[in-house]
Amino acid sequence: MGSGTSTQHHFAFQNAERAFKAAALIQRWYRRYMARLEMRRRCTWNIFQSIEYAGQQDQVKLHDFFSYLMDHFTPSSHNERDFLTRIFTEERFAQDSQMEKCSDYESIEVPDSYRGPHLSFPLLPDHATALVEAFRLKQQLHARYVLNLLYETKKHLVQLPNINRVSTCYSEEITVCGDLHGQLDDLIFIFYKNGLPSPERSYVFNGDFVDRGKDSVEILMILFAFMLVYPKEFHLNRGNHEDPMVNLRYGFTKEVMSKYKIHGKEILRTLKDVFCWLPLATLIDEKVLILHGGVSDITDLELLDKIERCKIVSIMRCKTRQKSENQMEEQRIANQKSSAQGPIPWFLPQSRSLPSSPLRLGPYKAHKSSRSSSIPSGGSLDGRELSQRVRSSVELELERCRQQAGLLVTEEKEEPSCSASETDSDTGELRKPTQEEWRQVVDILWSDPMAQEGCKANTIRGGGCYFGPDVTEQLLQKYKLQFLIRSHECKPEGYEFCHNRKVLTIFSASNYYEVGSNRGAYVKLGPALTPHIVQYQANKVTHTLTMRQRISRVEESALRALREKLFAHSSNLLIEFKKHDVDKVGLITLSDWAAVVESVLHLGLPWRMLRPQLVNSSAGNMLEYKSWLKNLAEEQLSRENIQSSLLETLYRNRSNLETIFRIIDSDHSGFISLDELRQTWKLFSSHMNIDVTDDCICDLARSIDFNKDGHIDINEFLEAFRLVEKTCPEGDASECPQATNAEDSGCSSPGAC
Amino acid sequence: MADEKDREETAVAEFHKKIKEAFEVFDHESNNTVDVREIGTIIRSLGCCPSEGELHDLIAEVFTPGSEGTPRLHVPANAVEIVQVHSDSQSFLEEEEPTGYIRFEKFLPVMTEILLERRYRPIPEDVLLRAFEVLDTAKRGFLTKDELIKYMTEEGEPFSQEEMEEMLSAAIDPESNSINYKDYISMMVIDEN
Repeated sequence: MGSGTSTQHHFAFQNAERAFKAAALIQRWYRRYMARLEMRRRCTWNIFQSIEYAGQQDQVKLHDFFSYLMDHFTPSSHNERDFLTRIFTEERFAQDSQMEKCSDYESIEVPDSYRGPHLSFPLLPDHATALVEAFRLKQQLHARYVLNLLYETKKHLVQLPNINRVSTCYSEEITVCGDLHGQLDDLIFIFYKNGLPSPERSYVFNGDFVDRGKDSVEILMILFAFMLVYPKEFHLNRGNHEDPMVNLRYGFTKEVMSKYKIHGKEILRTLKDVFCWLPLATLIDEKVLILHGGVSDITDLELLDKIERCKIVSIMRCKTRQKSENQMEEQRIANQKSSAQGPIPWFLPQSRSLPSSPLRLGPYKAHKSSRSSSIPSGGSLDGRELSQRVRSSVELELERCRQQAGLLVTEEKEEPSCSASETDSDTGELRKPTQEEWRQVVDILWSDPMAQEGCKANTIRGGGCYFGPDVTEQLLQKYKLQFLIRSHECKPEGYEFCHNRKVLTIFSASNYYEVGSNRGAYVKLGPALTPHIVQYQANKVTHTLTMRQRISRVEESALRALREKLFAHSSNLLIEFKKHDVDKVGLITLSDWAAVVESVLHLGLPWRMLRPQLVNSSAGNMLEYKSWLKNLAEEQLSRENIQSSLLETLYRNRSNLETIFRIIDSDHSGFISLDELRQTWKLFSSHMNIDVTDDCICDLARSIDFNKDGHIDINEFLEAFRLVEKTCPEGDASECPQATNAEDSGCSSPGAC
Repeated sequence: MADEKDREETAVAEFHKKIKEAFEVFDHESNNTVDVREIGTIIRSLGCCPSEGELHDLIAEVFTPGSEGTPRLHVPANAVEIVQVHSDSQSFLEEEEPTGYIRFEKFLPVMTEILLERRYRPIPEDVLLRAFEVLDTAKRGFLTKDELIKYMTEEGEPFSQEEMEEMLSAAIDPESNSINYKDYISMMVIDEN
């Protein structure tokens, strides 16, 4: 009895203890499993972001290239220069004729067979709501209504100040949304969850409505419609993607042309106008400032209030006044050139007005390592001198390139004629902004917050700056504000606070990189202006998947993008691998592999962690690098007859090429001639110091001309690089902007915009 | 002997690189610190499998509360409310806790030693299986959903609600409402590799 009970107790106790231990063991194991999943998720995120940031720099290079060409372009009857002519004069023609074109939509007939939504002006709330519903049902708005709507939108925007002042007295709440990037599903979800705009429900959309997603047009139509219907309650801020040059690269231009084959060009022209008239910021109750990118230590709201914002059509190609002054400076500095350093590579962002960190092209984490040596943006004189010096060496550099490429240039003192119209006093409104005005706007649209104090140039993006908590504090105090709401950067949770909760980043495009990659969010401000955040992920699929499956999907996408990038650098990788293979046995250690890959790609990624996913065959601790590279190539190459190294080079630069092609293709036909391709490539490659013979180019051009009709379909060309991953509803995969996402150093994944 | 010392030095150098990489993934502000809440993830991703208790002790060795270095998010009195809205309208509140952080200089030596000593080794598959079998007192080859919940949330180092939900979503077969632990283990193990 007694002993029986105690034995029972003893067993019971033992069992309980065993159960406890067993449970503890399982939990311990499970937590480790989840931790590893989390690590994979973070790494994946880093991959997308770093590839994207690398692409941003390419963007800058390219734009500087064209800007510079534009500055020194002189018209001539020289045959070889014709194609350049077409790029630059298209803009001028556009400006001249835009006045007449504006009311042309009236001549466009809407056929009886058209089943989409009809608009009549002035717009009524029902029209706007009908638009949302129509787009949800995948209808397309007729070009006539698009143009009409854009025309009315511009008329409205012109009346608005640069900084919209909004009060919460009139509506109970204000909802602020961040980047949408053509993702219609997210916008529809927001309206569904939060309610449609109304006099009681105000909205502010904080820029970046277009590019990358596939429904940028529809988003714009909805936003503009609501703005016209509820002008006091519905507000839009300009983002850095509301910019025609950026649109060329990131898919909006392509989307418009594919959806509106006949009137697309006109729509794009009108949009240029609309974008530059979008307000720059919104201020709520004089307390909460909402703008797209951020601020800098020189942000001056009073100045911003006064500038003519429409002068800044495209941030990247903005010419500023005082050019003759600049030219004199350049002469002076050219004379002093012997004492200056050797030519600084001009494709670095500091050839613009901002002084910035040293010359090494920033990898994603550049600002971390270059912190100690960055030049503070305070010394304006230094900056100007630096930029002048850079410009003059650029000049020489480009001269050399031109000669190499067979283009002869005669220097002229006056401004090139294509920009003469800009100083024409008849159209007085076409005066250019000053350097300072331009800088103010760039800072607003392109800057990012950073944790460290101070303010330094944003070399990653090539425009705007990184601003620290002290800069925020200074601004908030100066204008007696409570906090800042901005967007511009994708965040895993759709939002993020920083700077002691004084800066809120809000990002509304969920699944931005890939299905399952991140949530979207919007923020509601009640009467006390306390932020109230709502997160979402507009894709049912993600909820039925376990976290493990979600992460795997996104990860696979990121790894694919990464492998493409690795392939694109095969030659350099091989060279570096060989250096570590001292005994020439064809093997290197895995540790060396990681070191080499980082030194070549400069992505700042945790390569040792990623290695198991990227290298699937290694004998013990050693890797046969040649066969590894070969495997990479086999994955990527689709055409055997194009010389491998050339293909690799083109591949690495393909989004630059795509952008160039689209610029050349000024009538947006989708075709360029073989000759244009050859000349473009010549100029571009000599400028980028890529060593390719003329024969190779000819061979390449011919082999790409699949139809043998002397013209290259741009999309076909890009198809050759297997850019297209996903299929589009139209069945023409190459048209889908999203398809160009998970790519290489250029028109890459969505990400920080 | 000299050879062995060389090998150890190379091993240490290799560990340092690995640790640094893992740390940097979470060093969002690029200032050589990570949020203390992420240190468990870092340690586990480096191959270790400590219990929560062991983790706590570890953190105590390297933790720096509050004042030094970059100030972290501090929550004002009228804290922000975050409502998560999924497409099935489930919602819950989440608040941010005040936190501290870990500096890399402190973390590196401690972690290096852990790796050198091969502490907190991962659990082999067969041991894991036996643990499940202990809980499966009737020796059926499976645990019901309720049993799993009971054990995981009441015994050992209990799961949070989030952890429990996540495990259930992958482990439980909706038809039988139970977990066949042998299959579950196999699936998880494949997934890891």
